[in-house]
Amino acid sequence: MNSWNRFVETFFNAKVMAKYLPDILYGTVVTIELAVLVVLAGLAAGLVLALVRSLAIRPLNWLIIFVVDLFRSLPPLVIIVLLYFGLPSAGWSPSSFVSTWLSLALVLMAFAEEIFWAGITSVAKGQWEAARSTGLSFGQTLIYVVLPQALRLTIAPLTNRTIAITKGTALGTVVALHEILGMASSAVSNSYNPSPLMMGAAAYIVLFLPVVVAARWIETRFAWKR
Amino acid sequence: MAYPIVAAHGIHKHFGQLHVLKGVDLEVEERELVFVIGPSGSGKSTLLRCLNRLEEPSSGSITVAGIDMLSPRTDINHARQHIGMVFQSFNLYPHMTALGNVMLALRKVAGKSRSEAEDIAQAALERVGLADRAHHRPAELSGGQQQRVAIARAIALEPRVMLFDEPTSALDPELVGSVLAVMRSLRESGMTMIVVSHEMGFARAAADRVVFMDHGLIVEQGPPAQIFETPAHERTRAFIGQIRQH
Ligand SMILES: Nc1ncnc2c1ncn2[C@@H]1O[C@H](COP(=O)(O)OP(=O)(O)O)[C@@H](O)[C@H]1O
Ligand SMILES: [Mg+2]
Repeated sequence: MNSWNRFVETFFNAKVMAKYLPDILYGTVVTIELAVLVVLAGLAAGLVLALVRSLAIRPLNWLIIFVVDLFRSLPPLVIIVLLYFGLPSAGWSPSSFVSTWLSLALVLMAFAEEIFWAGITSVAKGQWEAARSTGLSFGQTLIYVVLPQALRLTIAPLTNRTIAITKGTALGTVVALHEILGMASSAVSNSYNPSPLMMGAAAYIVLFLPVVVAARWIETRFAWKR
Repeated sequence: MAYPIVAAHGIHKHFGQLHVLKGVDLEVEERELVFVIGPSGSGKSTLLRCLNRLEEPSSGSITVAGIDMLSPRTDINHARQHIGMVFQSFNLYPHMTALGNVMLALRKVAGKSRSEAEDIAQAALERVGLADRAHHRPAELSGGQQQRVAIARAIALEPRVMLFDEPTSALDPELVGSVLAVMRSLRESGMTMIVVSHEMGFARAAADRVVFMDHGLIVEQGPPAQIFETPAHERTRAFIGQIRQH
């Protein structure tokens, strides 16, 4: 057996791959569910916080800034572990899925709030004044005049940050979440063969490459359209 | 005396320690064009912005078209429909076409249907000579065209009074005329206007009254010929002299 064959036999072992394909597919579905929920919750919560912050209610803004800075400075892994192993002693035992989802959503919320907020504040004061002078309310001005301009500026940094945080779904393995990496590594220890890990990597590429490519497209499209 | 459409009395405005308006009284009659001049920092913009409450006066009273602008019971967003404002920096919405800029408040504040708003907006653009630019974005328009769209955006709401804060100061000299021409035609249609500007030629030709402000007070006012030729106050004379030299 030459070394090439041995390499293929080790890393792309057909028998092992066939056996664990269902596991990897299951993990892929979990990862997709988790990623979608993280993105939806994180972006929505971030936008809501940025909108609340634009109301300029002092104590509320201090609270928002504190929460945002907290979740931007804690490593996501630490948050996952804290929620999963810490919360039960406070009377709530979230599943590994819920702890991972909540942690990543909170982190994405924090970064998204900062990005949305930067976008909102970058819109010239004259835009507010012109809109308000025609009788538009604060909320109408925000929705029809300020946000569309702010979102255009935020779309590139937001996409990049969203991808980075969504890849953190792999961190769920530390709390035994059955997502791609979790399924792949338990398959590796059961089969004494690294092939499942290659399948896992392939699954990540299939999942995230199109998103990264789409992000690149969004970035160039919105870069010169201002 | 006719009933004043704008009546501001005893207007004071503080920005922290800075006392910017020190008891300004201004009454403007229907169809009158009042021209406001004065050195930079004398409080002209702040006064205009108090009239539609973009700036909250520290004290005083303001009535516009019979509406008590400072009463907490007044629906300020509704009241602002009656007071058009044009800014030095145009402030068009860059993500909307000219038509979209004019339509927004018609739809969301005046509550017009889409087709009604579109008709009114198109007519307003026609009045400022830009019917053929309706579907252009602000970035595709010259400064003069942008300012005329801004005027259309304000007049489409059929305001009772129009406020202009240095509408031509940001324009290249060759574009000033087109904006002044629109303002002239507005005036001829009977619009009540308060104009802060340095365009003395326009003031002479179109203003009923010139108001000179300095250090947060109205120093003197009167017909253009009187203020420009025989001002009563030394400060007015000095300011007019300075402007003339340009
Ligand atoms: N939002 C603000 N905060 C603090 N100071 C202000 C503000 N707006 C205007 N001022 C000050 O008020 C004074 C009058 O300004 P302004 O009304 O713009 O004068 P003008 O339009 O006659 O040049 C200036 O000294 C200016 O710096
Ligand atoms: Mg000014």
